[in-house]
Amino acid sequence: MLKSEHSHTNHTKDDTFEQLLKPVYKGKKLTDEINTAEDKWNLLPAFLKVKGLVKQHLDSFNYFVDVDLKKIIKANEMVLSDVDPEFYLKYVDIRVGQRSNSSRIDMLPPHECRLRDMTYSAPIYVDIEYTRGRLIVLHKDVEIGKMPIMLRSNKCILNGASEETMAKLNECPLDPGGYFIVNGTEKVILVQEQLSKNRIIVEADEKKSIVQASVTSSTHERKSKTYVVTKNEKIYLKHNSISEEVPIVIVLKACGVVSDLEIMQLVCGNNSSYQDIFAINFEEASKMNIYTQQQALEYIGTKVKTIRRQKLTILQEGIEAIATTVIAHLTVEALDFREKALYIAIMTRRVVMAIQNCKMVDDRDYVGNKRLELAGQLMSLLFEDLFKKFNNDFKASIDKVLKKPNRAEMYDALLSINVHSNNITSGLNRAISTGNWSLKRFKMERAGVTHVLSRLSYISALGMMTRISSQFEKSRKVSGPRALQPSQFGMLCTSDTPEGEACGLVKNLALMTHITTDDEEEPIKRLCYLLGVEDIGLIDSASLHDNYGVYLNGTIIGTARYPTKFVHQFRILRRTGKISEFISIYTNIHQNAVHIVTDGGRICRPLIIVKNGKSMVASSHLKRLLDGKLQFDDFLKLGLVEYLDVNEENDSFIALYEKDIHEGITHLEIEPFTVLGAVAGLIPYPHHNQSPRNTYQCAMGKQAIGAIAYNQFKRIDTLLYLMIYPQQPMVKTKTIELIDYDKLPAGQNATVAVMSYSGYDIEDALVLNKSSIDRGFGRCETRKKTTTILKRYPNHTQDIIGGMRVDENGEPIWQHKSLGPDGLGEVGMKVESGQIYINKSVPTNASDSVLTQSQSQYREAPIIYRAPEPSHIDQVMMSVSDNDQALIKVLLRQNRRPELGDKFSSRHGQKGVCGIIVQQEDMPFNDQGICPDIIMNPHGFPSRMTVGKMIELVSGKAGVLNGTLEYGTCFGGSKLADMSEILINNGFNYSGKDMLYSGITGECLQAYVFFGPIYYQKLKHMVLDKMHARARGPRAVLTRQPTEGRSRDGGLRLGEMERDCVIAYGASQLLLERLMLSSDAFEVDVCDKCGLMGYSGWCTSCKSAEHVIKITIPYAAKLLFQELLSMNIAPRLMLGDVFQS
Amino acid sequence: MSNIVGIEYNRVTNTTSTDFPGYSHNEDFSWDVNKFRDTMDVQISHLDDREANFDLIHIDASIANAFRRIMISEVPSVAAEYVYFFNNTSVIQDEVLAHRIGLVPLKVDPDMLTWVDKSLPEAERFTDENTVVMSLNVKCTANPDAPKGSTDPKELYNNAHIYSRDLKFEPQGKQLDSFAKHPVLPTDPDILLAKLRPGQEISLRVHCILGVGGDHAKFSPVCTASYRLMPHIDILETIQGEDATKFVKCFPPGVAAIDEKGEAYIKDARKDTVSREVLRHPEFEGKVKLGRVKDHFIFNVESTGAMTPEEIFFKSVRILKNKAEYLKNCPITQ
Repeated sequence: MLKSEHSHTNHTKDDTFEQLLKPVYKGKKLTDEINTAEDKWNLLPAFLKVKGLVKQHLDSFNYFVDVDLKKIIKANEMVLSDVDPEFYLKYVDIRVGQRSNSSRIDMLPPHECRLRDMTYSAPIYVDIEYTRGRLIVLHKDVEIGKMPIMLRSNKCILNGASEETMAKLNECPLDPGGYFIVNGTEKVILVQEQLSKNRIIVEADEKKSIVQASVTSSTHERKSKTYVVTKNEKIYLKHNSISEEVPIVIVLKACGVVSDLEIMQLVCGNNSSYQDIFAINFEEASKMNIYTQQQALEYIGTKVKTIRRQKLTILQEGIEAIATTVIAHLTVEALDFREKALYIAIMTRRVVMAIQNCKMVDDRDYVGNKRLELAGQLMSLLFEDLFKKFNNDFKASIDKVLKKPNRAEMYDALLSINVHSNNITSGLNRAISTGNWSLKRFKMERAGVTHVLSRLSYISALGMMTRISSQFEKSRKVSGPRALQPSQFGMLCTSDTPEGEACGLVKNLALMTHITTDDEEEPIKRLCYLLGVEDIGLIDSASLHDNYGVYLNGTIIGTARYPTKFVHQFRILRRTGKISEFISIYTNIHQNAVHIVTDGGRICRPLIIVKNGKSMVASSHLKRLLDGKLQFDDFLKLGLVEYLDVNEENDSFIALYEKDIHEGITHLEIEPFTVLGAVAGLIPYPHHNQSPRNTYQCAMGKQAIGAIAYNQFKRIDTLLYLMIYPQQPMVKTKTIELIDYDKLPAGQNATVAVMSYSGYDIEDALVLNKSSIDRGFGRCETRKKTTTILKRYPNHTQDIIGGMRVDENGEPIWQHKSLGPDGLGEVGMKVESGQIYINKSVPTNASDSVLTQSQSQYREAPIIYRAPEPSHIDQVMMSVSDNDQALIKVLLRQNRRPELGDKFSSRHGQKGVCGIIVQQEDMPFNDQGICPDIIMNPHGFPSRMTVGKMIELVSGKAGVLNGTLEYGTCFGGSKLADMSEILINNGFNYSGKDMLYSGITGECLQAYVFFGPIYYQKLKHMVLDKMHARARGPRAVLTRQPTEGRSRDGGLRLGEMERDCVIAYGASQLLLERLMLSSDAFEVDVCDKCGLMGYSGWCTSCKSAEHVIKITIPYAAKLLFQELLSMNIAPRLMLGDVFQS
Repeated sequence: MSNIVGIEYNRVTNTTSTDFPGYSHNEDFSWDVNKFRDTMDVQISHLDDREANFDLIHIDASIANAFRRIMISEVPSVAAEYVYFFNNTSVIQDEVLAHRIGLVPLKVDPDMLTWVDKSLPEAERFTDENTVVMSLNVKCTANPDAPKGSTDPKELYNNAHIYSRDLKFEPQGKQLDSFAKHPVLPTDPDILLAKLRPGQEISLRVHCILGVGGDHAKFSPVCTASYRLMPHIDILETIQGEDATKFVKCFPPGVAAIDEKGEAYIKDARKDTVSREVLRHPEFEGKVKLGRVKDHFIFNVESTGAMTPEEIFFKSVRILKNKAEYLKNCPITQ
């Protein structure tokens, strides 16, 4: 009876959709009754279908290309000449990839770019309007450079491509995209986390009793930080370009709030305790006799640090400072400082509030105070910088031409525009390929922004796309930014973070998240006024704090008399789709404020709306979703689901399950397992594991060898590990299906016996069954690339590929055995250590001109294979790179079976190396004759507490017996009791423990053994890549000591601690041998008389051979003596006889 | 000591055999051929060309286990060992395809071949006496008669899938006669080896030689050979009524039943999988005792198809006998 419940049913419906929903969870058919409580999770695949895992990157890049580029052009539209006032050039429009008249995008396919080491980019076209003589010319489609294109963005040729077109282009349909291809390498711009811009953050240092409110103003031109700080209980304004703190009252007076009463009203309102705290500040201003705006401005003018070409008066300096430098993100029009005055007053009020109540400070680590900067924003910063530089260069070259007094013909500016187009192209390429973002405008120098997309496994590539790196220093020992914040719930994965120095600073997005892009402020502002917000410009200072303030992106725009009603109405408008679904609105009761946020970089996630104690999503909706009649976006439009960002989430009351809904609940979670990200989602039953184990698995899942992509055999990567027979896990999770891990798995279902065996299994070592390995368990393949470029030299010579050399019998010599007649390795041939696979020759003379050279001569420079094990040639590619030089890539393949010391891991952070490989007949077996593939030591369990692994075994065993794939989804999955029931029904013990017979004695084992399938991953660390030993070998030139490191065939160092042991033991001759004879023994001639070294039995200082004695010392010692001699220190060797007492 | 292995809730007791000389003062356990001849019993319950199920009764675990071990790893059989590629333009790598071909069980009587001397140079190593040559030459082409709109590669192309049956035997020298009656074939013709698409081609030759399972699992003549001990169930107290029904349910069908008195009894203990389910329920505590007969081995031998299971078993007996003989004749023992 259980069987039927668990059997799967296939259904045929909408093709693409069915993919996502297959196999139907818990065998539910379409005709089955739909239970909202259990089936609302179907919204998740629907969400991922629309959004995908890397949608944030794509959205941000699309926004940059479609919207931001046009804004940048608009902001820098004019190029004028200093010389000719008549001249102008105006940018009218900008497009990427497309010319104005065609919709075609001319680009090389991405895979070709990968193979040929090129950049996947599209031309940037601008339409310009400029003067040529007296004419105004409009010119369309002028190429100003090339823009690297993010894969799968809307400018990419893969955008919206079907699986068939993807296959034709040699692309993997499961590849998420979201990265760039620059010079053939795949580069990801990691999401950068930073404190939100243009927001007031209040902090307090309780020890020093300092309270400060700060705001980082960020505009297109500059970035600056303004502080309102307390000092000796008085409040000051601090700014980097003002030399000292300015009393706050003076600042407010400079802003035009002259009356002390009004200042008090703006800052404190009617609150008498605030008034008491603030009152002291008036004293300073009056002591300095500053009463008017002019006096205040002049005071500030004297404090400003500026470097200007033409001097301004002090008053002008003051006006300039208040208008542009302080709180720079507020623009001042017509010298109306009112808005700025209010902003500063509110900052001051926040400081006063924090002085009065120390709990009124903000938390820097709160996710709601963070913004994520994505590829698009970073690209836009970079592009604007490059575009400005481009325009400057362009202007300079125009000026140069126009300066010439008598020009013969009319000057066409178009001629000089193309000269500089390379600057944009190479600037973008260089930034992405090096990861150094240097922006002249902000004096910003940021390294490590981009990373090479790790293609170790599908999961590692996917994990990289959801990674968020923080701006905090890794070296600083602070726990705050590293700690798990409660506000991360549902937004950032709770498990996936690296161990060690970057712990907690590098985070990952959770499964169901979205990162917003910028939205227009102006319409929202107007909407607020329509909804009854009183315009801030019309409110008199006395009643400013009587009502709730309405803040748009941190700036006060008005007050709301009925904030609850206002917020409610605003939300209704959002739910009906009248305004963008990503605009958030929330009330802050402590600050008496309603915040409306439209800026980009906020993380948000969808939640089901609950109204009157009932979930808005009913079974009928889910039914239509399953039928394909509704999409996720329809749920948004129908007002069933809405996006909440962290701040608004904090203003809501969210139920985890439908059963928890009661009075006051506003939202319902879609699915609890979305607190985890894509990588942590692989773990079966993670809610039964000790938390760090899940974190360890997140790191290890990225090292697992498996299938990488559908085009894995067409790729030529530097190093690729592939598994020969990967299997999808017996115990899946819903996340596994959603991210297609079951299609590109990395591991195999091994039958595991948890018992001790042979003693070679201590310290997490595993015992492997030799027959399992013979049959293909854990087999993997490595593919290594070698690239050569046939260089061309200035004297018209170039590198060539020689043929193969043959011996007297006409057979190729051993070194050339794997070469073909063309001098390149033949596909399929085996190459052994010492053999040549690219027979390259370089010209001996590459500098002189050809004329002086009689015949071009070549020196052999072959590529020789050096490795302990032979490889096979998999692919040979010959192409032409960007600069017309021949590019040769050879891919070498190695097939590896597991061996002693190879590393394996289950999905629960339980890694282990292979300790012994045992013959099948020696392995224990059960009643059915089944032998384990792996024997795992039970000591791995008690201290690690990975109960999830045990449940995985039981579920896996039940699945095997039942013919089903079981689920180990977080906070759900197949229930252990059901699994035990299946075991019992199939004649097994309910606990998953079997009676085994010893393969060696043939008798029963005295204990029952936990026995069943567990998904094991083979990790990339293999003995073959690490083993190293040396008897004799290369030595370093300077010291004549053995070289260091495996790659240089180095020696193994007997270090100082080992030396200490040998000394303590008293084995002096051993020490002598290890430290000198086996290292850098050197015979020197020492003069016994002067103690200096001579040579050939002659002492050069004594001019005699009389006292010269040969002794053996380390070469390093000899070197030291000579180095000392060179700095006028004479070390003298005083010799004595060893055998004299 | 009883010869029943005790199956308890969380442990197994009395697992080791004790009937050897010197174990006890009271009894002389010295081995007696006549006694062994009288008590030793073989019962065959199932036999076909692929699978055998038989009981060995009154025999020591060490002997039974020796047969099992020898069947798995020491009975020789023939498998592909050397694969020579002439052309392989398919997506599957040479090494992987060679590995797959190696694992294909072949229907060859191992007695027809002699052992290959691996110390000889490769040119002289293989003769018609010790090597069977197979070849695989396939080329995939588009099928012009494919039904319109079909997406099945098997219909669209010829030779899209390469199966073990595509391995063709190439008799060498004397083999033309000796193998005339029993040409070398894969025992299972439908093992998928590779998939091709039009224009791709595989051409290779395979040398199949004699080997043992200990060297590589492909030489093992059995899928598995194993045994289990005969289950033994004692009802200590009568179990009646609802408990009886529950008791019966604790076993696989056919093991326990209820008699006309409404009491549970054991019908056929052999069918039990020893899931120990009864021991989990408190109502049966002390009423039932599970065990297994220590010297009753229910063997199950699954052949890969090269030899019949009984032949494999007999060979294992012969190998054990030869080993014993060798040991007996060993100069050290004399």
